[in-house]
Amino acid sequence: MQKQKVVEVSGLYAAFEHEVVLKDVSFTANKGEVTVILGGSGSGKTTLFRHLLSLYPVKRGSVRVLGKDVTTLREVEQVELYHQMGVFYQSGALLNSLTVAENVALPLAQHSDLPAELIDEIVYMKLGLVNLSHAFHLYPSQLSGGMLKRAALARAIVMDPPLLFCDEPGAGLDPVSLEALDRLILNLKNKLGMSIILVTHEVSSIMRVANRVVFLDKGVVAFEGQLVEALHSDHPAVQEFFSVMKSDSMKELLK
Amino acid sequence: MLARFESGCLKLSGRLTVNEASVFSTEFLREYRAAPDRSLDFDLSALEAIDSAGVMALFYIQKKLDEKGQRIELKNAPENISDKIRLFYPRDEIRMPPPSQFGWFERTGDQVHQFFTAYVFSFIVLAANIFYWGIADLFRKKVRRKGEFVHQSVLIGVNAVFIVVFLTFVIGYVIALHSAGQLRSFGANIFIVDLVVFSIMSQMGPLITAILVAGRSGSSIAAEVATMKVTAELDALKTMGLNPLRFVVVPKLYACMFTMPFLIVFANVAGITGGALASSVYLDITPEIFINRMQDIMMSKDLYTALVKSQVYAALIVLTGSFYGLRVERGAEGVGRMTTMAVVVSITLVILADSILGVIFY
Repeated sequence: MQKQKVVEVSGLYAAFEHEVVLKDVSFTANKGEVTVILGGSGSGKTTLFRHLLSLYPVKRGSVRVLGKDVTTLREVEQVELYHQMGVFYQSGALLNSLTVAENVALPLAQHSDLPAELIDEIVYMKLGLVNLSHAFHLYPSQLSGGMLKRAALARAIVMDPPLLFCDEPGAGLDPVSLEALDRLILNLKNKLGMSIILVTHEVSSIMRVANRVVFLDKGVVAFEGQLVEALHSDHPAVQEFFSVMKSDSMKELLK
Repeated sequence: MLARFESGCLKLSGRLTVNEASVFSTEFLREYRAAPDRSLDFDLSALEAIDSAGVMALFYIQKKLDEKGQRIELKNAPENISDKIRLFYPRDEIRMPPPSQFGWFERTGDQVHQFFTAYVFSFIVLAANIFYWGIADLFRKKVRRKGEFVHQSVLIGVNAVFIVVFLTFVIGYVIALHSAGQLRSFGANIFIVDLVVFSIMSQMGPLITAILVAGRSGSSIAAEVATMKVTAELDALKTMGLNPLRFVVVPKLYACMFTMPFLIVFANVAGITGGALASSVYLDITPEIFINRMQDIMMSKDLYTALVKSQVYAALIVLTGSFYGLRVERGAEGVGRMTTMAVVVSITLVILADSILGVIFY
């Protein structure tokens, strides 16, 4: 059965000044799956990610998110599309002048007419999901790196978006926190049916959460397919990336 | 979404998501509040979709009905709905942590304590540190960054020349213009020179220059230091074994203390020129007469007073800018707040210092 596509990128080019960053990038992400965008530093992951979020204008090629061509959207339609997307930034991007609860409540307070008391309870529950209820009244400057990321994730999922974008969520986290974050991402996929687009370098995360992999190398899609296929890809860059997997313990996992 | 009573229970159909949760919970509570105290079953068999806001709306209704001793029972939920309810419905009563509350007395005491420890004491310690390194590095050429003094002098001093000259010229002109009528009526035209020279050299020249430098350079010093702190550049300097004050603030102190006397000289010349122009136009005092009279009344004290003032103002501006820059918290918003504070406080300190120096050199 043909799976429903949540993201479809076709023939995307991007360049800054005279430097071409993305060359004819095409891939799809399916509904209810975790699609991981991989690649080394400077491979164009962030540029591609920002195109998916319509933060960079698409100059050549097309990007469809949740069935809508982002190049043809009017501003109002773009805002409607943003309502259906949660975005988790690498730095957390919480507003420092607001408390954690106010940060998480922001989308609900702005885009719904729910009473304040109910919003507070939803926020408390969402913070509970990321194990951060105690930080309700704290400011982002009072949180550790891992707590900041969890608070940012709570904000990204507060509207129960069908599509979640995560930009290197594991960067800077210790392995235990990283595993907890991965479990949370898996829960979002399994229990809420969220489709997740994940940009990450963390091989252990990829092994835990990925259904589908898009590997970028020098701005070109070097591989697109299931995780298991990626591990056996004969593309040199993909092989090199996954060479870390060749340790015995990882081999065990692969069996 | 649709809710209707059917054989003793409330049957919900359609979607109960963030878009419907508000209307549903408000309407339901309004309708049901007057009902007799009893329990009510919610039949969820026809519910097509629910999200976290919908689940929390059900929880919210239950919480409100608890106050009347009523219960709601959720029944016949399809699997996709019951999964969401299991995931989101709080198991215990929600008890949000209360924000920390202090009374008026504690808050006032805390603020006074904060003022002395976090502001007065910290400012003195920072000033001592900066002056220590400022004096120490004067004799250690090796630790001074090549070209930094010139670069900062251009930013703080040279780039401010035009605005300082322009404004003091206008101020000198306006002082003479407004005094001309009064002096003419007493036949004391020649004293316009005394008035302009004295007011510009002892007060307006140094003060206007310091206020302009505080606005231009004080704010930029605060913003630069604050941004460096927020982006962990100061931490990076520290972990590289470099003293951030020596590296970032001391060159600015040298530059500001070096260029400020020149700026004040430019300001004085421009202000007196403006006054001389107005005297010539409105009181027929020719430039020759103006200069002759000026030579009679000018004293060397005016020059060293201006020099002392320039050094005090320069130090206050750099210290205040760096002090507030180093106190930044809460990212981008904090940078803006500290920059504003730096300008307001440095201008206030400059005016206070001007009053004190005015009394000393009277």
